[in-house]
Amino acid sequence: MSNELEFLSRRVATGQLNRRDFLGRAAALGISAAFANTLLSDAAKAAGPVKGGTLKAGLQGGESSNVLDPALNLSQVNFNFGKCWGEMLVELNPDGSLENRIAESVGSSDDAKVWTMKIRKGIEFHNGKTVSPQDVVATLERHSDAKSKSAALGILQGIDKMAVNGDEVVITLKDPNADFPYLMADYHLVIQPNGGKDDPNAGISAGPYKVTVNEPGVRYGGEKFANYWLGDKIGHAAQVEIIVINDATARTAALQGGQVNMINRVEPKIVDLVKRVPGVTIQAVSGKGFYPFNMFCDTAPFDSNDLRMALKLAMDREELLEKILRGYGKVGNDIPVNEAYPLFPTDLEQRKFDPEKAAEFYKKSGHSGSILLRTSDVAFPGAVDAAQLYQQSCAKAGIKIEIKREPGDGYWSEVWNKQPFSLSYWGGRPTQDQMYSTAYISSADWNDTRFKRPEFDKMVLAARGELDQDKRKKMYSDIATVMRDEGGLIVPFFNQYIDASGKGVEGWVSNPAQEMCGGYALSICWLAA
Amino acid sequence: MSSSILKLIAQRIALGLLLLFAVSVLIFIGTQILPGDVAQSILGQSATAESLANLREALGLNDPAYIRYFRWLGGVLTGNLGTALSSGQDIASAIGGRLWNTLFLAFWAAAVSVPLAIVLGLLAVRYRNGFVDKLISGLALASTSLPEFFIGYLLVYFFAVQWQIFPGISTVYDGMPFLERMKAIALPATALTLVVLAHMMRMTRAAILNVMQSAYIETAELKGLSPFEIIRKHAFPNAIAPVVNVVMLNLAYLIVGVVVVEVIFVYPGMGQYLVDHVAKRDVPVVQAVGLIFAAVYITLNMIADIAAILANPRLRHPK
Repeated sequence: MSNELEFLSRRVATGQLNRRDFLGRAAALGISAAFANTLLSDAAKAAGPVKGGTLKAGLQGGESSNVLDPALNLSQVNFNFGKCWGEMLVELNPDGSLENRIAESVGSSDDAKVWTMKIRKGIEFHNGKTVSPQDVVATLERHSDAKSKSAALGILQGIDKMAVNGDEVVITLKDPNADFPYLMADYHLVIQPNGGKDDPNAGISAGPYKVTVNEPGVRYGGEKFANYWLGDKIGHAAQVEIIVINDATARTAALQGGQVNMINRVEPKIVDLVKRVPGVTIQAVSGKGFYPFNMFCDTAPFDSNDLRMALKLAMDREELLEKILRGYGKVGNDIPVNEAYPLFPTDLEQRKFDPEKAAEFYKKSGHSGSILLRTSDVAFPGAVDAAQLYQQSCAKAGIKIEIKREPGDGYWSEVWNKQPFSLSYWGGRPTQDQMYSTAYISSADWNDTRFKRPEFDKMVLAARGELDQDKRKKMYSDIATVMRDEGGLIVPFFNQYIDASGKGVEGWVSNPAQEMCGGYALSICWLAA
Repeated sequence: MSSSILKLIAQRIALGLLLLFAVSVLIFIGTQILPGDVAQSILGQSATAESLANLREALGLNDPAYIRYFRWLGGVLTGNLGTALSSGQDIASAIGGRLWNTLFLAFWAAAVSVPLAIVLGLLAVRYRNGFVDKLISGLALASTSLPEFFIGYLLVYFFAVQWQIFPGISTVYDGMPFLERMKAIALPATALTLVVLAHMMRMTRAAILNVMQSAYIETAELKGLSPFEIIRKHAFPNAIAPVVNVVMLNLAYLIVGVVVVEVIFVYPGMGQYLVDHVAKRDVPVVQAVGLIFAAVYITLNMIADIAAILANPRLRHPK
């Protein structure tokens, strides 16, 4: 059987290709329909999860200074390992819907202000204790404490009070928030015994794997938790291992050499080469991450919306996408959200490169002289090249851009959110409301475009409390329009998470929420015998 | 051994300690000038003013720099390297395993490269300006001229990806069987050997050739000694001082200069540990690792000095 057919039938088995398409492709390869059908059923048989074995991932994004405490979890390796040993209240499905985990059901009062989560009975922690509503409240308390160092502190600030009522956790918010359940899917909110107040670094939760090896910056290991509440549904491998490989070439070589079964962060420029390696499959999925050019709306010359518009129109997004991401992404529309978000407004017109119109707006703004743009390699891979390409497309509109390349050290403390025009990245948030609230309302800590409009804040707030989905969608369309036409944000593109899996790895289901199947690759994949 | 030599050695050691102290001050100042601070680096792009303030308070970053420095120095003198600011781990125990890994790799790289370099150097002298000499020098210089990351990638490409003889990533862990461990470090040790080989080989060759110009070598030749005898008995002992010097320099490099090789082969040694913590502005760790590196460097140089003194009769028997 040719490699291509094998590949195609596997895709059908994992739901990435439909049957009819498969038969069509098989016919094109000169295979009879009967034989193609046999292939399919073989693949489907093979597609049943194989239990046991050791699944290994080689991941970028781990340091020897990392700790297991989910509150301080910022890098990719800890994120992925956290999904192996941690269990959450709810989880984000690949289609953007929510799946109840420790929370058996989630409901709210009519005004979306009081939320009730029923805690599933009989879930066991790795230390043998049973998950109780008290543990859930303690976890949320630890992360939302004003003194907390938790990265989830920001999203939990809306909580007014929490209480346990039988097997339910009742949470009262300061303001209505229809997205509250989504916030509980934040990957920092791993439910720990007594909320991790006793030992946040113990690595004990109720996830499919128990922590066996914890060598920060080197490797992590887990073995299947015998009493995992979902049993065999996920967690097919008997052992999982994460090897920290920060060097891109070493990571690729480890996958090619078979030392690991899957890797994250394949660089766009080598994707085509990696694709050709026998047995290796590139797993790319459009995510919510984007690479913005940020302008301070309250600082001259960017306080002029004409100038901002000129700078937006002078960006050749297609060219940037092609040259910086090699096409592995999607052009942006100067709003911080895309179709990976629930309720994304699809009716917005795509902004296009228009040097003439840009020149017109530029003239109208009355600005003269060059504009200083700060960039650095750490802003995102290819950020320096992106700035240079942008400089050239601006020149076509008669706008002079001066580029200052800043050192990577201290870029996030000295340049980003401090200087009026710079490059950055955003990893995306679970919901549109989260994204706007995190960076684009007046009171946001990370308002890195200094976009401060009371009426815009009101629109975001109103959409947050609206439980009617259709009305909400319309509201997000209006919000996006304001952002796109008046905001200080230029979005060249949204990136893709590009991972790769090696020979024999089955069960991969891409998830736009995050890389590596939303962090679950080690739990949901298996090694075909 | 005369007392003057002991005095010389004592002087060297005292100087070394003074140097170490100076280095610790320099490292501290260096980490202070870097932009950003630990709290900012730990929390990264997603830091808020409150969480920054909380973390700074918890880490004791609000004290003046000199107080933090002396607090740390006092700890080191009593054998306590402190805890890492970023992870709260005990530095001494965290460094222990990594230092052992680094020394393990350096030892095997040295065990291969030093004898190899000296033997090749001797061979080059024996057949100087001939084909063998040119071949040895040419290959050694070529391997040195290639940047180590390139050598590393070449080794990975052929030995790990194409032929799959050795693993391309050298993850080692406690309780790993010795043979497996050796297999894991085969490629990084080879890369390091290729990097340091030429320097030692060329210096051996040059030092012996220098001695070979002397009148007593001519005498030895006239006595009818074989070329190898002459090199072994008359030339090499007189060339030991410069050779030891360059060997020590390269040994030091094998321990403190292996960051790139460690990164390529994902080897859990000191270099990677240091780099991670520099990025986090974790001053106690940077200080501790810097101090260990400085101590290694200074000790090895001291040994080279002392060896040079002992190898030189004029220094051994001063008038």
